[in-house]
Amino acid sequence: MNLLINLKSLVVLDPLALFFLIVISLVSLPSLIYSIGYFKNKFTLTKFLSTQLVTLAFIVSMLLLVIVGNALAFLIVWELMTLLSYLLVLTDSEKEAAVGAASIYIIMTHIGTAFLTAAFFLIFRHSGSFDLAAMAAACQTMSPLLRNWLFIFFLIGFGTKAGIVPLHIWLPYAHPQAPSHISALMSGVMIKTALYGLIRFVFLVLGISSLWWGITVLTLAIISCLVGVIYALMEHDLKKLLAYHSVENIGIILLGLGLSMVFTRLNLNNLAALAMIAGLYHLINHAAFKGLLFLCAGSVQKGSGTLDMEKLGGLIKKMPWTAAFFLVGAMGISALPPLNGFVSEWLTLQAFFSGALKVPGMLALGFAVGIAALALTSGLAAACFVKAFGITFLALPRSQNAEQAKESPASMLLGMFLLALSVVGLGLLAPTIFNLLATVTAPICQASLQTSNIFSLGLQPNSTISPLFIAILLGSGFLAAIAAYGLLQGKTRLGRTWDCGYYQIGSRNEYTATAFSKPFRISFSLFLLPFRKTEKVKDSFYHVKSFVYETYTTKIFKKYLYDAGLGLLLHSAKRFKRVQAGSIHLYISYILATLVLLILLVKIL
Amino acid sequence: MMVITNQILWLALAIILAPLASGLITKVKNNLRLRQGQGILQPYRNLWKLFGKEEIVPANASWIFRVTPFVVFATSVAAVFFLSGDLLAIIFILALGRFFLALAALDAGSAFGGMGSSREMFISSFAEPAACLVIFAVYLTPGATWSLAHLLAGLALLIVILAETSRLPVDNQETHLELTMVHEAMLLDYSGPALALLELSAQIKQLFWLCLLVGTICPPVLLPYGFCLLGLIIVIAFIEVGIAKYRLFKVPDLLVFSVILALLAIVSALLGV
Repeated sequence: MNLLINLKSLVVLDPLALFFLIVISLVSLPSLIYSIGYFKNKFTLTKFLSTQLVTLAFIVSMLLLVIVGNALAFLIVWELMTLLSYLLVLTDSEKEAAVGAASIYIIMTHIGTAFLTAAFFLIFRHSGSFDLAAMAAACQTMSPLLRNWLFIFFLIGFGTKAGIVPLHIWLPYAHPQAPSHISALMSGVMIKTALYGLIRFVFLVLGISSLWWGITVLTLAIISCLVGVIYALMEHDLKKLLAYHSVENIGIILLGLGLSMVFTRLNLNNLAALAMIAGLYHLINHAAFKGLLFLCAGSVQKGSGTLDMEKLGGLIKKMPWTAAFFLVGAMGISALPPLNGFVSEWLTLQAFFSGALKVPGMLALGFAVGIAALALTSGLAAACFVKAFGITFLALPRSQNAEQAKESPASMLLGMFLLALSVVGLGLLAPTIFNLLATVTAPICQASLQTSNIFSLGLQPNSTISPLFIAILLGSGFLAAIAAYGLLQGKTRLGRTWDCGYYQIGSRNEYTATAFSKPFRISFSLFLLPFRKTEKVKDSFYHVKSFVYETYTTKIFKKYLYDAGLGLLLHSAKRFKRVQAGSIHLYISYILATLVLLILLVKIL
Repeated sequence: MMVITNQILWLALAIILAPLASGLITKVKNNLRLRQGQGILQPYRNLWKLFGKEEIVPANASWIFRVTPFVVFATSVAAVFFLSGDLLAIIFILALGRFFLALAALDAGSAFGGMGSSREMFISSFAEPAACLVIFAVYLTPGATWSLAHLLAGLALLIVILAETSRLPVDNQETHLELTMVHEAMLLDYSGPALALLELSAQIKQLFWLCLLVGTICPPVLLPYGFCLLGLIIVIAFIEVGIAKYRLFKVPDLLVFSVILALLAIVSALLGV
């Protein structure tokens, strides 16, 4: 066995690595600027400095992860990244919830890491080296069965970190507990490093050898999209809502990557490149808008002291800048033109469309399901963000806290502004970014795609569209309407909201987040299993003073998968307790038995 | 340059004719109910009256409320503009207008607005997959030859249109009862020119959907375009008169039915029937 580390191949700086370096920097810089204002008056200087140091180390570990060219080094940096982010989730360790969330996070990601370690060592047995190039060469000669297993290991290993359903369980716990800019980093960037791993190790090292790999990824992607967005709709805590949207968006990115796997296997290289461009485009988009939205949520928390949407409202007047930035992020994530989310979802749909005529019929029908799922997801996401923005920022404040909310300091606003700018820029400069991504995907898919015309983005001759053009068109329609309005307008005066002629309405008459999502709760009740708790508070036998009404949904993955599994584990542990009965003689006999067994084992082998 | 001028002329024509389609549907409906009904030019008179009126803006509302009519108008016009281009992009463009309208409905702080906003997003999130699948089915059946796929896709699209243009059995434009309003509930706090702009936008959007359906299924080779459009308007009037409003939670069933029709269209397109 020669040295595990060959210095020359320790670093990989191909276009893929460079792309991820850009993604990480895109969110890290604004987050660091933001953190100055966010921690002000919150922490002592020592705690502030130590947290900043850990944050920096966390960012460096992510940067390192995407450029190491050695699987063992990858594993070490991967673990470093996990541990540092664990520390950061614990920043508010006085809160009991933070400790619990951090524990769930570290246990889940270590299950994933175990699968990755197993996969790396299985390849190592064939390659004799952890060098990526050597591993890739060794994978070509493996048996198909082993490659299938390796794919499953990689999928579970990276899927846990990425938050694919049903491995998403840690996201809604860990993201809300961390300080907001850390959530932005974790949700915007860290979970993407898992997708980097998936591309690096499945596409480049393992090589796509079966069609079912891509189909599996597509299926999981569809499930992740829908489960993520449906759970997000039910959530009334702003950061938890955003955490579930990460599950959804990872699903959308995986739609692109899964399609790319299918096309690669079918030797449709240009389509594979298009699908991967769509996936990577959504990846950088999600980094931008989810980072932005988490920073805005932190700003809301700092300004009003709460993240519970039912206690917020009217913040657009108290925190106008935060509201404007949140609106940009919400429009981006809801795939509204001309912002960035629109471009990547449109590209993903284009990839589905273009592929449908070139793949077998059954697969094309599967594509139709994918298209429907993506459309449903984007519709539900738009509904969710109408709720998130409308209930939090519009109408009247629903509590004292919201009434007294204050706008955040300049450093926080600057951080949000930079990300808002990138959300807009990633949308309007779509052709440029498409071409850049084409150079990233060209070596992976052995394809060359370019957009020659600024007004055309897709591959179809009839699908000529450009976000910039849409923006110009919408802008001119907007201005024309304002002009017509200005010409024809009579007087304008402020009045009361229509209250059916009763007393002046207040914040208690407003629609709540729970009410807003009720149609969805009923419609998806088979999946959400909603239930309610009602309680009458009586001040005498005859008179009900007040009524407590709470609705809940059942988290089926937690209840029927994790809690059930945990129950089984505890149950069997209880059974095994009998073995440890406290008798010293019994223990000595255990030692003897083990010894005999080992000797026999050595003899046999 | 010629193309752009041409496009703008068509756009102007669409904006001018859009209220007429609404007027026609109302007229046919009234005649079917054996009423004389208003003249087909009534929508124009309504718009003219509203444009001349004073506008009252709720004191609770923010700039979102003020800006929304212009955004919605811009998206409706853009949808018509792209009718001959990329249909998928139009779905996203219309979503932009709907997003702002739903926000503006929440902005005034009235429970009516919230109800309308929630219902609109609920219905549209089910209509979107159906619309995308219809576009997919049409994409899979290139060429002018008319097939079963066109018929199925057209039926699916007809259901989407009923939902998107707030018509029975999904929504009812003729009522202001809180149990039945969807689109009207969102506009409840608008008045004067802003309301006129929103109504005009809704009419333009309606004309866009009608043209899309005509372009999708009607055999333009056999019958002239305008004739098909008129036929479609009469069909919609018949549906509206002949059907009662569905309960809100039954609406997804209808739209899922539309999704299934679109899937069948795709299957038949793939089989080449």
